[in-house]
Formats: sequence, structure tokens, C-alpha cells
Amino acid sequence: MRAAVRILRFELDDVRRSRAVLAYGLLLLTITEAVLRFGGGGPRAVVSLLNVVLILVPLVSVVFGTMHLYGAREFTELLLVQPVGRGSLYAGLLGGLTLPLCLAFLGGVGLPFAWHAADGAGSGAPLATLLGAGVLLTVVFTGLASVVAIRFDDRAKGLGTGLLAWLALAVVYDALVLFVITAWGDYPIEGPLTILSLLNPVDAARIALLLQLDAPALLGYTGATLSHFFGTAWAFVAAALALTAWTGLPAWAGWRAFRRKDF
Amino acid sequence: MTASPLHLMDAVPAHLPGPVVQFTDVRKRFGRVEVLRGVHLTIARSRITAILGPNGAGKTTLIKCLLGLTRPDEGMMEVGGRSPALEPAARAAIGYAPQAPRFPDNLPGRRILGMLESLRGSPGVGADPIFGCFGLEAELDKPARTLSGGTRQKLSLALALAFRPPLLILDEPTAGLDPVSSGHLKDRLRQERAAGTTVVLTSHLLGEIEDLADDIVFLLDGRVRFRGSLRHLLAITGEPRLERAVARLMVMEGGR
Repeated sequence: MRAAVRILRFELDDVRRSRAVLAYGLLLLTITEAVLRFGGGGPRAVVSLLNVVLILVPLVSVVFGTMHLYGAREFTELLLVQPVGRGSLYAGLLGGLTLPLCLAFLGGVGLPFAWHAADGAGSGAPLATLLGAGVLLTVVFTGLASVVAIRFDDRAKGLGTGLLAWLALAVVYDALVLFVITAWGDYPIEGPLTILSLLNPVDAARIALLLQLDAPALLGYTGATLSHFFGTAWAFVAAALALTAWTGLPAWAGWRAFRRKDF
Repeated sequence: MTASPLHLMDAVPAHLPGPVVQFTDVRKRFGRVEVLRGVHLTIARSRITAILGPNGAGKTTLIKCLLGLTRPDEGMMEVGGRSPALEPAARAAIGYAPQAPRFPDNLPGRRILGMLESLRGSPGVGADPIFGCFGLEAELDKPARTLSGGTRQKLSLALALAFRPPLLILDEPTAGLDPVSSGHLKDRLRQERAAGTTVVLTSHLLGEIEDLADDIVFLLDGRVRFRGSLRHLLAITGEPRLERAVARLMVMEGGR
């Protein structure tokens, strides 16, 4: 455990000095500032930032995570020959990668809301949900990055697979849901469709956010059925739980792969 | 010369602290390729042993199995009776310098050294003279991404040596080093041997091995084909130089 904390602090030190993480934080800060300045505050700003969180955060997490872990491959080998267990090393590496990205996200999105609070930009629970969803999606997608970076020795193959995973979860999955609705819309498919939506972390984050914003027009089919099934409060809990459960899955898969990996 | 390796006598005084390295029936397959085919090997303590063999013979895989970086399909590796692959604490006895070292881009060497000191619980190794010999003092405060390949190699070697581990494993240690640094490294390795350290190295520079190594391990197609002193290898092949002796060994063993 102490070794994991040492490696975590070391990785934090490395990643926080990365220009890419700084650029990511500044990009989010610029977008959020622009939205608050020109689009008005409150829940409307949160809705405007919805797609930034759902598309950009997973994309940056998976691309930066994969590139960083490939870049650290030789140094990871050097750490593996130190008196440190593989579990501590994996925890330190993944934590050191994820935390700076989470902090860049929280700073980039949270700071403009903080300094516009006096103008009535603060929007309480929806903002907290937006920030929470962004952090959880960062954890999910850096975990996915760790799985592909460990499984594939070829950097190009790993990055390609990471991008495919992002595309599948952030874009293609919705197309699949839409196809199911169009093809079998006449049948009572609300139940399976709800489960299908919760199985995707990006959809679970979208549903949690829209339920919190109380924006039924934006909920779409699956969100509406979820809300109908559980009631808005419980639907939010179900979506948030699904997203939280997702955070553990890639990290666990990454750990299993790391434990057995031949370097 | 037979397929079974020559057994080496451990002629080193018992008080020297270097550990014996032992491989027992180590096998490793990557897909269809069997890289190690039952390696039985004892590396004598407090000596410099060079592992030789053509490309693909299994040298790096053998070293990686010993370090716990690669898991063998079968067999055991021990350093002084403990398994570094299974017991992380046993790796404190090993200093390792890889063939192509890379460090975190944004951090200076001094921070990397500090991290290794804290992981190994050995503070103050930055005062080791090897950093001065390699001219690294001025480089230790620069981000690692700005260091040249040769400087990274020197930093990697210094990090392996400075902790004074009883076993040093160096993969192509002089590749990329300038002649002055190479000389400093050889002097230091001789000092380490005199102090009782066991040194295992791989190199394609046979002149360098002749200069440094006490013992030779020759790997071919995943098996140990020779193990013994350099002098003995030259005697049994009837060749005056290591380069010719290795070529003769390959012919005798039906290799490439």
C-alpha cells in the first residue's frame, strides 16, 4: 500500500507536468467560460456542456491514457524489477494517470462556474451531477486505456482499439439502440432497452444528467422508459449506480491483464 | 563439446556476499515459438558472467524470467535461494539496466532517483561516485525527455549500480556509451566483482566480454550449449579469440 502511494505520487508529479493535461484543462475552461458568458448560467449551461462531458471527456481519457501508458512502458519495466508487487504498481500507475485528468476536468469546468456564481451561474445538483459524471467517465475510460495498453504490445493497434472502444460506446451504441427501437418499436421492449442503456457508461451518464436536469424532452426513449419504470429519483439512482459500477470493471480487467502480462 | 553444458566450479571464497543464480528447467513459449527449452543453469557468485548467443537465442527472455518481468511456463529461477519472480522483496538484491532505457518525460533524473530510493528504502545513493564518473551531475536536474540516448543509458546504469545490490543484471550495458564512460563502467564492474557482487551481462561486443567476463554462458535455440570459464571455452575450441570460439561453438552445435 505504501509502495502504491509512492508510485501514485511519482506518477502525479509526472502527469501534472504534462502539457497535454494542461491544454485539456484550458480547453475545458475556455468552453465552459464561453458557455457561461454567452449562453447564460444555470441548468441551461449544464445542458450545453452535456455533450462535452459525454464525448470529449471519454475521448481525451482514452487517447491520453493509452499514449501515456505506452510511453511509460520501459519505465514500468524498471519499476517491476524493484521490490514492489504488481498490484501496488498497477494501482499507482492507474491512479497517477486518472487523478490529474479528473483534476483538469474539475478545474476546467468547475472554476468558471465558481467565479460566475455571483451572476447566478451556480446550478446546484445538476452541476454536481455534471462534475460527478465527468469524473466517473474519466475513471472508466482511463481504465479502458489501461486494458488496451496492457493487452496490445503494438502501440498503433492499442490506440486504434482504444478509439474503437470510445466510438462504440459514445456513438455506435446509440445507433444500435435506435436500430432496436425502429425494428422492434411495436413490441414491449422498454425493459430490455432500459437495461441496454444502463450497460453503456456514456448512456448511463447521459440519463443521470438529464434526469437531474428534469428535462423530459431531452430524455429520449430509454430515459423516458427508465423514468417511467422507476420514477425520476430512483431512475437517477439506477443510472448513477450503473455508471459507478462501470468504473470498477475496466480497472479490474486491467489489473487481471497486468498481473499476467509478460513484459 | 556435447549438448550438456560443462559444469562450472565455484572457486570463489565463501565469505563473498554475491548470490548464486539458479535456473531449473525453465521453459517459455510465445505462441508457436518455444524460446526457452528447459534451461538448467547455475551462475557462480561474485563473478562476471556473460550470456552470449545469436539473435533469438533466448538471452533477453531468460533475463526477463529471472527478473519476474516474464512468467515462464515451467521451471524455477532463484537468486540466493529466493525467487524474485514470486517474492517482490527478493528484487531488492538486484540492480537491472535494460537495453533501451526510457524514463518519464517530464521528470528530472534526480526525482527518478529519489523515487527508487524511497521504493528500495535506501536514501542517499545519489552521492555514489558513479554519477560523477558518468558526468551526470549536471544532467540530473533536466527533464528526462531532453536527455540523449547515451545519457539515458548512463543514468540507467548509474541507477542500477548506485544501490550496490549483490546481483547486477546488465543488458547490453555499453551499447551507446562513449569510450570514456565505457571505461569507467568496466572499472566499476571490476570493483564490484572484487567486492563480491555477482554480475550478469549480455553483449554483442565480444571484445568487451573478453575484457570483462570470467565465465561464459552460450545459449542457442533456447538451450544452454556451453557454460564455463572464458579460458576453458578458448581451450576446448582451440581458438585464440572469443569471436572465433563462438563461431566454432555454433558450428559444433549445428547452429546458424
